[in-house]
Amino acid sequence: MPTVTVTTREDVEHKLEIVPGISLMETIRDAGIDELLALCGGCCSCATCHVHIDPAFAEQLPPMSEDENDLLDSSDHRNATSRLSCQIPMTAELRGLKVRIAEED
Amino acid sequence: MQSFDVVIVGSGHGGAQAAIALRQNGFEGSVAIVSKDTVPPYERPPLSKEYLAREKPFERILLRPVEFWKDRSIELVLGEEVTAIDAKQKTVQLSGRGPMRFGDLIWAAGGSPRRLTCDGAGLAGIHAMRGKDDADKVMAELDAGARRIVLIGAGYIGLEAAAVLSKLGCEVVLLEALDRVLSRVAGKELSQFLEAEHRSHGIDLRLNCEVHSLEGRNGRVTGVRLGDGEVVQCDLVIVGIGIVPAIGPLAEVGADVSGGVVVDEFCRTSLPCIYAIGDCAVQTSPFAQGERIRIESVQNAADMGTCVARAICGKPEPYAATPWFWSNQFDLKLQTVGISRGYDATVIRGDPATRSFSIVYLRSGKVIALDCINSAKDYVQGRKLVEAGNLISPSDLADSSIPLKELLARSVKTLSKELH
Repeated sequence: MPTVTVTTREDVEHKLEIVPGISLMETIRDAGIDELLALCGGCCSCATCHVHIDPAFAEQLPPMSEDENDLLDSSDHRNATSRLSCQIPMTAELRGLKVRIAEED
Repeated sequence: MQSFDVVIVGSGHGGAQAAIALRQNGFEGSVAIVSKDTVPPYERPPLSKEYLAREKPFERILLRPVEFWKDRSIELVLGEEVTAIDAKQKTVQLSGRGPMRFGDLIWAAGGSPRRLTCDGAGLAGIHAMRGKDDADKVMAELDAGARRIVLIGAGYIGLEAAAVLSKLGCEVVLLEALDRVLSRVAGKELSQFLEAEHRSHGIDLRLNCEVHSLEGRNGRVTGVRLGDGEVVQCDLVIVGIGIVPAIGPLAEVGADVSGGVVVDEFCRTSLPCIYAIGDCAVQTSPFAQGERIRIESVQNAADMGTCVARAICGKPEPYAATPWFWSNQFDLKLQTVGISRGYDATVIRGDPATRSFSIVYLRSGKVIALDCINSAKDYVQGRKLVEAGNLISPSDLADSSIPLKELLARSVKTLSKELH
């Protein structure tokens, strides 16, 4: 079973099963981790599903759209590893991906 | 009698977030959500977008997985309406199972869709677009062959549904009583832009259009008779003319109401141990020049849910969230920040013909809101301008080659020079 590892703000690690086609945001939400507000439901209209992704996986991720880039600018916690988790569809290639939920803005 | 430390009435974005935030803030008492919905809490915005378009099935718009509520010891009492409140005994009367006692009550019941009152309003084939059941009825009618749709009301619901239905191949007639779309919430520049977009997608948009009555055969709607006598033939009518705040039991028990339940900065009503949040709550807002307003948005419902949970957990923080909103129509992404009500000037940034531009709303020289179309950068940077409330020159705002964050930096410098 391919999984991703999600670390919460309280440093708890969760191994979550990859369901292809479902976004990383939904994967985290559907596991019952409630630190992501994900208010807009995944349509890239807010920045409340912000995560940091292990740079080793940068190559496997879909490129960032201009909208995602602009929205991430609204976070005080943005860095080079920042992504909006609703913009990352899960695929088998992302097996082993390591993700940390970003600090609350 | 069943008894809970906190009873939340309503399972929309506000009610659900209040329950989630209670647990996140360490609340260990018992929590129940009473809802007339028969399904666990779900997102409402997709009902007129991805859900109606069948791009997302219901499971993907659940706010949390079904097991989540049980895991967090949040009791979902579904299919039940609160019909009365006894503020002294601290009980609510449920429609189907008698009274329930509460320690604190969070009223998050939202609103019911405003209904037509004209002749024929009771015919079959006339639907609202507020809950999953409404969307399901519309989708079932589409499956049964409905193709000619009349939408009454060109607010966000009407515009979003029109966009989806036209994409699904329906013939869509969109009727608006006033002289422009979104007249209640946006400036005329946005109205004009959206009117042209909808018309270019083949939607028959009619403004200043009065609905006289609905016509039917065998109890089912067949057409909409307009004020000028014309009858628009149709298979289905969707009514999106706003909501009536669901505050009946609170008003009856003597809570202060004024177009909604009046709450203070901690979402407390005028009655002890009773709070109200979301679409049905009226609160003084610094983003509306200190006037009392009622905001219908996911952001406001969710942020009020967090605010009320903190108050109940003994960590009160006054409500201070910046209002924001979004809508998707065709390939247009509209993002709004602030409250444009009461503006005295508007500035357009960028060229609407490029389909990427912003409308900046000012009042006494200060930016109070922005409507950003396919322009997330302005939305993000404009938020800071709204929050800062500094004076910004309209001609600078109109120059889209200057990023808004640069204008903010300049205005701060000017301000500090003036102060020294």
